[in-house]
Amino acid sequence: MELKPGSRWKSVACNSEVVVIRPPNSAVTLQCGGHPMVATGDASGPAELVPAHSGGTVAGKRYFDTETGVEVLAAKAGQGSISVDGRPLPVKEAKALPSSD
Amino acid sequence: MELPLLLEMGADAFPDRAAIAGPAGPITLGALYERARGAAQWLLRQEGDKLVFIGLNGPQFPLALFAAGLSGRPFVPINYRLPDHDLRRLLARSAPAVAVVDAGMIARIAGVEGVTAITPEDFAAKAIAQDLADGDRAPLHETAILLFTSGTTGEPKAAVLRHTNLTSYVISTVEFMGAPDGDAALVSVPPYHIAGISAVLTNIYGGRRLVYLPAFSPESWIDLALAEQVTHAMVVPTMLDLILNMLEQRGERLPALRAISYGGGRMPLPTIERALKLLPQVDFVNAYGLTETSSTIAILGPDDHRAAFGSQEPAVRRRLGSVGRPLPILELEIRDEAGAVCAPGVAGEIHVRGAQVSGEYLGKSILTADGWFPTNDAGWLDEDGYLFVEGRLDDVIVRGGENISPGEIEDVLRLHPAVDDIAVLGLPDDRWGERVAAVIVLRADHDPAVDDLKQWVQTRLRSTKAPETWEFRDKLPYNDTGKVLRRMLKAELALTAPGN
Repeated sequence: MELKPGSRWKSVACNSEVVVIRPPNSAVTLQCGGHPMVATGDASGPAELVPAHSGGTVAGKRYFDTETGVEVLAAKAGQGSISVDGRPLPVKEAKALPSSD
Repeated sequence: MELPLLLEMGADAFPDRAAIAGPAGPITLGALYERARGAAQWLLRQEGDKLVFIGLNGPQFPLALFAAGLSGRPFVPINYRLPDHDLRRLLARSAPAVAVVDAGMIARIAGVEGVTAITPEDFAAKAIAQDLADGDRAPLHETAILLFTSGTTGEPKAAVLRHTNLTSYVISTVEFMGAPDGDAALVSVPPYHIAGISAVLTNIYGGRRLVYLPAFSPESWIDLALAEQVTHAMVVPTMLDLILNMLEQRGERLPALRAISYGGGRMPLPTIERALKLLPQVDFVNAYGLTETSSTIAILGPDDHRAAFGSQEPAVRRRLGSVGRPLPILELEIRDEAGAVCAPGVAGEIHVRGAQVSGEYLGKSILTADGWFPTNDAGWLDEDGYLFVEGRLDDVIVRGGENISPGEIEDVLRLHPAVDDIAVLGLPDDRWGERVAAVIVLRADHDPAVDDLKQWVQTRLRSTKAPETWEFRDKLPYNDTGKVLRRMLKAELALTAPGN
């Protein structure tokens, strides 16, 4: 899968959707709920949620892989959790700034 | 990542949340997204490759902004205050395009070739009338916004802001739907200013209801803030000063208001000090940024304001006149003319680098090979990383080889009891290259001697910084984002003021 910045992917096992913020520095498989994610227009699935990957995705959170640098933003929430090549991705904590606009 | 996704996410997660206050009740996030998709469908069937906006602030502005993104067309807000001739020229440069134009302004742009004009009301009606079931998804355009810079010399340049510049700023500085229920942001900055655009994006993504004030006056600003229980507002310095006067006059204190951010020009110290005293419950944020950086790049936060205001230590106290610290998501450096990084306390040109920084105009990028944007603003950092902005590099006065910041002299003179408003600038001088000139608006019933004013500066700064030319006026010229038009004064004075 080519994880271009701005490309959108959806889970086949839940409602999660993500958008790629930063591409990985090597080829990886982006997964959600234990299954590879597919392009948003793709009609594949459904598949069953793998219990080990059912921690959930929270809309608006950014998920980051320290190993390959890939970063995605969850555009839609779902029951599956995001992983890369089987590695669960932690939430990247953003420092909240006072509103300036 | 594209701008419309910021709205789509909110519409998906919180479709019933209020997005924009309206006379017939708020427009929800779900409704706004649906209308933006409808408007995009209509746009796709029109000639043109851009969407222009010429008009006052209002609910149709966010609609047009998101519809432009969804239809893959750059959005081009143009300053309606420009003289007809300039307005038409910028519009012609944006053709072929659809232009959303206030009904009262359509006659001004009649006959510009390649432009289909529609009023905001008709545009909104088109948005609702579309069938979304068989809607096309437009191929996306890399450019989200084209914004003409004020163009103090020559033809205005069109700054290019890409979707990635703007969305990276929003998602890394705003928590998605992080605003408590009921929060409302009062927008009185003009739609053709970068702050008017970032207000839409950050408040929609943060879940804060947008409240539009079409034309600013202190009375209408306060009335709307009260009526809509406004919690947040962004103002330029001149607006804040007028609002404070009116609050004092009316004995009003705006209990719902929790935060005011300001920017767009230098904030006079007496104004912000008065604001902190008058509205102790309000968090003040000074935001510094440029069009070419997708809005804010440095912030002086509420705690910084209170610490500086309450401190007797000069180094801490003076931070009230700073723009705070650079955002953690970008790099900022001060460089001298040779390009070397300056030590703390030493002024130079502010350079910035990061995902939100565009540094690009139509036809040319001015980023350095390694991605730095030279801002053309002069400034310096203190020992703790607080940034002090001295103004445009071209405004710095070079007198006999010494660099003098007009802002520093203005700050000192503003504290003089007879001075109501002030602009300091450099005039050509045969002996020194440039000399310091002060243009002053006096308070009523004050008539100080020039020597007294000169003495006031000399004892607080040094003698080379004391103005040698003094000019008195009834008022100073400002642009509508609160920047004093030094260049205009300079041109006038160069003709009238005596030589040496």
